[in-house]
Amino acid sequence: MARLIAILIGLGFVFVAGVSFITGLFTWFTAEEGASSHAAYEHPRSIGFTFNGPFGSYDERQLQRGFQVYKEVCAGCHSLNLVAFRNLAELGYSEAEVRAIADQWPIQVPSVNPDTGEAATRKAVPADRFPSPYANETAARAANNNSNPPDLSLMAKARPDGAAYIASLLTGYREAPHGHETPEGLHYNAYFPNLDIAMPAPITADGQVSYADGTQATRDQMAQDVAAFLMWTAEPNLEKRHQMGLAVVIFLLFATVLAYFAYRNVWADRKVKKGKTSVAV
Amino acid sequence: MSFPWAQHYEPKHPVMKWLDERLPLPRLIHGAVGPGYPVPSNLNYFWNFGVLAGVALAIQIVTGIILAMHYRADAAIAFQSVEHIMRNVNQGWFLRYAHANGASFFFIAIYVHMGRNLYYGSYKAPREMVFMLGLVIFLLAMATAFMGYVLPWGQMSFWGAKVITGLFGAIPLVGEPLQIWLLGGYAPDTASLNRFFSLHYLLPFVIFGVVILHIWALHIPGSGNPTGVDVKAPQDTVPFHPYYTAKDGFGLGVFLVIFSIMVFFLPNYLGHPDNYIQANPLSTPAHITPEWYFWPFYAILRAFTVDFILPAKLWGVIAMFASILVMFFLPWLDTSPTRSANYRPLFRIFFFIWLAVVVVLGYCGGLPAEEPYVLISQLATMYYFAFFLIIIPILAKVERTKPLPNSISESVLHGEAQEASPAGMPTGSKPGAGDAQPQPAE
Amino acid sequence: MATLDKTGPGPEDAPHDGVRRRDFINVAAVSFAGAGAVAVLYPLINQMNPSADVLALASIDVDVSGIEAGQAVKTEWRKQPVFIRHLTPAEIQAANAVDPGSLRDPQTLAERTSEGRPQWLITMGVCTHLGCVPLGAAEGENKGEYGGYFCPCHGSHYDTAGRIRKGPAPINLEVPEYEFTSDTAVRIG
Repeated sequence: MARLIAILIGLGFVFVAGVSFITGLFTWFTAEEGASSHAAYEHPRSIGFTFNGPFGSYDERQLQRGFQVYKEVCAGCHSLNLVAFRNLAELGYSEAEVRAIADQWPIQVPSVNPDTGEAATRKAVPADRFPSPYANETAARAANNNSNPPDLSLMAKARPDGAAYIASLLTGYREAPHGHETPEGLHYNAYFPNLDIAMPAPITADGQVSYADGTQATRDQMAQDVAAFLMWTAEPNLEKRHQMGLAVVIFLLFATVLAYFAYRNVWADRKVKKGKTSVAV
Repeated sequence: MSFPWAQHYEPKHPVMKWLDERLPLPRLIHGAVGPGYPVPSNLNYFWNFGVLAGVALAIQIVTGIILAMHYRADAAIAFQSVEHIMRNVNQGWFLRYAHANGASFFFIAIYVHMGRNLYYGSYKAPREMVFMLGLVIFLLAMATAFMGYVLPWGQMSFWGAKVITGLFGAIPLVGEPLQIWLLGGYAPDTASLNRFFSLHYLLPFVIFGVVILHIWALHIPGSGNPTGVDVKAPQDTVPFHPYYTAKDGFGLGVFLVIFSIMVFFLPNYLGHPDNYIQANPLSTPAHITPEWYFWPFYAILRAFTVDFILPAKLWGVIAMFASILVMFFLPWLDTSPTRSANYRPLFRIFFFIWLAVVVVLGYCGGLPAEEPYVLISQLATMYYFAFFLIIIPILAKVERTKPLPNSISESVLHGEAQEASPAGMPTGSKPGAGDAQPQPAE
Repeated sequence: MATLDKTGPGPEDAPHDGVRRRDFINVAAVSFAGAGAVAVLYPLINQMNPSADVLALASIDVDVSGIEAGQAVKTEWRKQPVFIRHLTPAEIQAANAVDPGSLRDPQTLAERTSEGRPQWLITMGVCTHLGCVPLGAAEGENKGEYGGYFCPCHGSHYDTAGRIRKGPAPINLEVPEYEFTSDTAVRIG
């Protein structure tokens, strides 16, 4: 009886799922080649960043160059509000340099006038996080043709293939292919998932930034440098993580091998006994 | 506890004696996971995963308590507080990555444990209660994991919360008020976040309690084994300690190596990039997917696309919950007295098809709801329910099973340990492998 | 370790040093597990120490140009009050007139101020007894019997050099590390 009820319920589920299946199959076959919901965007180029792979680490000079690109090209519109000036010490800047960068940052930090209590701004100090270029989202949209430049702190982790995607995107502006209509105010970019991006090409010419270390500032170089910098802002502990991981995995492998021999050791007498019994049998 | 030949606890030291008369905790441990618990000697490596799930739960509780010291459950700052943990808290990134990946490893351990249970018929009498308590743990773990995924307040957190609570909205009449009640508002916000945090902190301790019951219930009949034959005599068993503590120690080592590789080298591999974007109630991600361990159930949910008496959405919700609840009836659906699939040739085939179907469902559940994946998951869903509700009850009646060994020790001695492992899997049981070696001269 | 005597095979099964080598593996495995467990404790404990953003606030710059002689300001450092007091000549004189040997915590004003700037007394605003904030920094507050600070919690009196003179506090108000970066700016911490 219980078996019968079970089978009936089972048939019920199978039947309803089957109805869905047959209906789905029917629509699938009858539907003409509809427009795919995915625009055919290109996947990020593969770029050999120094931080790729399990033993990867950052190239300090590249991060400094990337920071320079961020500062001169991106910072006017994009905030970096999870990163503090003090974090720049990890890029190899001295304490005095960090203090100077914070002090001379073009955007000031909101504060309160100590005499009147009115809203005011002050110069940044190393403990401050990078101040946002816009007071709020409304201001950002008003200044950018109703689109909101996203915060870049986590961008390299918030997109598949983050750093490679950023570098590809920055160099991915080109003429729209024949038959593609890019709406007014948007820009065609082969790597952007829906192909039309609100951001105008930020890196437009070789030598747009003059690198302090003398590296040739090609467009691709600048794109890769800022992508590396944004990987660092997204995952500042990557190097520590890789080092610690290596030590932990080696330790655990060794411990596991020992545990294996201890396990064989514990079971050894059991096997001997079994051998004896089997001979007796 | 279970067999008359179990080693008795006899405190030697006067202090232990004193303690034993007042609080016999060492006696309890001795009988539960010590020398006083006789365990079949032929367990393979699939029997390691219960302990591994327990360790994963412990990792989650320890790292979770610590993360709660730094996390703030407020929609305005939750996302920033997680990044504060990642950037400023000493070794916070390690603790958070361990917790995020620890959830996945908890489910890996649970799924292997459940698969072992199905293959070897561990759910059958007299272990029905062990099995059902295990299912309760599974359900609680799913609820806990879902709420935990909401806490970082990324895009996937927010939309996951919205979609999953939306499932309750499919219930006729009470659905919408129920959804609003669950969220404490019309969309996920601080109220939802705070209650999810509170429950996310509470439920692991409930799970821990049910784990105790699960182990208690297990100790009444004792552990099963790959042959499915009952323990009959002392030579069938070994004391849990040191034999299985040593084996579990080795298994734990392997588990931790893999876990560490994920935590330190691929910490975001199992996550979704969109969860590094702060929740935005005004913009839905292109493709909402839950964590991988929910994918098979998510595929079942989406497989129902046609209104048939009930709305399609409600069918999906019913089927998704039914796909787990149906297992509570498994001990009574499968009336075959033979436990292990090694001696049930037909069941074994259907089992492996079912296993493949679950993998396919998982694969489809992680993809966008597009053809042909929806069609595939519809076929897979049909098999999933047919397996539990039609195939298993019929097989129990009609299947001709292979003869069982007379006892565990006999099966070990005659090299049947090879059969005691599923096809294509290496034999885990060392005692069996030992037989192939030359016997020591007498 | 109790496991070892059970796990080693009996003496009839293996020669004596065989037993020892086998036991060594068990001991090594258990020791490794123990060492790993101890190592894991480090991050679990260290996470409670001040985080990087808290440590970043460890030094502050204060402009002291607006503080007239006889006035004091309260500022915040490490989430605790710091008193910056511009002493009058009379207060300096009063502080110097005391014989340090007669004090509970013998210190001169010169030891408690930076060189060449005896008029700037910078101390923590935390009573050394049980951590209350003493009165006397703000205009019109009770400065205690010795004209410095007075802690209302348990009646500790500090003099114009912030030294404990009467009441339960065991030592003088703590002087934080600081340096004058210019004549009007001081960096604390």
